[in-house]
Amino acid sequence: MDATVETAARWVPSRTEGRLSRLFDNKAFLVTLCLLPSAGLLIVFLTYPLGLGLWLSLTDSTIGQPGEYIGLDNFISLAQDPVFWMSVTNTIMYTVVATVGKFLLGLWLAMLLNHNIPFKAFIRAIVLLPWIVPTVLSAIAWWWIYDPQFSIVSYVLVNVLHLRSSYIDFLGSPWNARGSLVVANIWRGIPFVAITLLAGLQTISPSLYEAALLDGASNWQKFRRITVPLLLPILSVALTLSVLFTFSDFQLVYAITRGGPFNTTQLMATLAFQRAIPGSQLGEGAAIAVSMIPFLVGATLLCFFGVGRRKWQQGSDND
Amino acid sequence: MTDTTFEPTGPEEMEAIAGAIRDAPERMSWDSGAKQMVTIYLPLALFVIILLFPFYWMAITAVKPDYEMYDYAKFSPFWVHSPTLANIDKLLFQTEYPQWLMITMGVATAATFLSLFASVLAAYAIERLRFKGAQHVGLAIYLAYLVPPTILFIPLATLIFQFGLFDSPVALILTYPTFLVPFCTWLLIGYFKSIPYELEECALIDGASRLQILWRITLPLAIPGLISAGIFAFTLSWNEFIYALAFIQSTDRKTVPVAILTELVTGDVYQWGSLMAGSLLGSVPVALIYSFFVEYYVSSMTGAVKE
Repeated sequence: MDATVETAARWVPSRTEGRLSRLFDNKAFLVTLCLLPSAGLLIVFLTYPLGLGLWLSLTDSTIGQPGEYIGLDNFISLAQDPVFWMSVTNTIMYTVVATVGKFLLGLWLAMLLNHNIPFKAFIRAIVLLPWIVPTVLSAIAWWWIYDPQFSIVSYVLVNVLHLRSSYIDFLGSPWNARGSLVVANIWRGIPFVAITLLAGLQTISPSLYEAALLDGASNWQKFRRITVPLLLPILSVALTLSVLFTFSDFQLVYAITRGGPFNTTQLMATLAFQRAIPGSQLGEGAAIAVSMIPFLVGATLLCFFGVGRRKWQQGSDND
Repeated sequence: MTDTTFEPTGPEEMEAIAGAIRDAPERMSWDSGAKQMVTIYLPLALFVIILLFPFYWMAITAVKPDYEMYDYAKFSPFWVHSPTLANIDKLLFQTEYPQWLMITMGVATAATFLSLFASVLAAYAIERLRFKGAQHVGLAIYLAYLVPPTILFIPLATLIFQFGLFDSPVALILTYPTFLVPFCTWLLIGYFKSIPYELEECALIDGASRLQILWRITLPLAIPGLISAGIFAFTLSWNEFIYALAFIQSTDRKTVPVAILTELVTGDVYQWGSLMAGSLLGSVPVALIYSFFVEYYVSSMTGAVKE
């Protein structure tokens, strides 16, 4: 009580009727002033580089050399580069498989957490850990789990369960390496999907399920006809973000395989980095990065509008 | 599918419902106990074990002496028999790890405050100053969030070079806001929306200026939102990798994630003990902050998606 009185007493809108204070009440000036820091940062370090990237992709710039306009030469040489095409198919496969895995497992986990279970808040908190911890650091742990000689997974399969006779070469052959990366990505993505979908599940009124129970709906029908449609709006946003960040993933692959063995696990992002920074071919790297843009836009539109964020799902009062 | 109420559509479904009704009493009776164990607790336990195992593995490797780490026949790998601090000791006193931690901490803190400052003003302008085109600015900021750093780092590297900021932590402080500002602004817009506009109108009538309103009324009420945005921004900056990898070259200016991968991985024989110790120590600060602010994390994560 005291505190409110005190703040009320201190609340003396001191107005020196000067030009300055009137300037601060001028709306146009104030809006400009408020938007200036973020607009400045975003224009200089986001919008301009985006345009600069487009320009760089049309030049033969190297590190330390501005380079000259060479038209579409970078894209033409990329189109004939098998490593580039492998990175494109890798990226698409990686995104599709990892996203499907993340969302199926994440939805399952969300539905498990939506039951009345003891220590729910605690379980929810520790489940989020893989998403909180720096990706590179957990990727290093996965790297160690995938070690050819001392892999704990191999140890369990061979020495404990006796399911296999030899250790798995997780990162040594292309398909094993791709699979291992997808597993690590799914592991890291499950918490985000599960917690966002859990938030969506909690908004679904239990009375709908009760009504369905009275009508004699099976569990599958309840899931298919109540849970899924009501979850779609939040699902479409989570899916868009997840696809976007999986498609442009860099850290996990760079930390675990660095694109190896023999460039067979390069994603477009890691290939762009490899060509641009260690390879110092900025123009070519920029061209690879630019070729990601159509995919990103397409995938975003597909997820956002394809999965449906329609008016009837959000109630009619929403715009 | 234009309605969310349950409507049987085909004969198979009608039959399925009839079956469900016939089976209903039986289903109800063993819906508890054993069935719940198998359908809920068992999968949940598996999920928790798989999601946490890499951390356990990381922690246990960090305190294992070398002779245990590479001898699974004599020592069970799941447990540590004679724990040692040698790996951590080596990390702290024979590498520049403390320096990397300081750099990471400094960069993350500075980038967080810079982003919060910019985002608070932007969010306030967009949500409360009600100017023409505010919605478009909001949309533009949201779109900025969708631009991944992986397509920006090459042109940014040339830009940083031109500014003479290459190999300087300032480059990171200035570039991290590209993904922090959109996120924080979006979060804060949602938060400002929940503060009644009438409070501001009262202050306006009492003769307060706009900045006074922001400073004395809106901000104090938005503190939970500021904390959410702040811890999120801090975690995102701590975890950032590609910019730090591309813009920093000197060993003593690297951030923890980059330094572990580029400085501790040397030659063909990996020092798994110190790698795991480094990863563990690098994860502790964010994990600590996280443990104090779990509820803020969850609310900002779900809030940002719901918007």
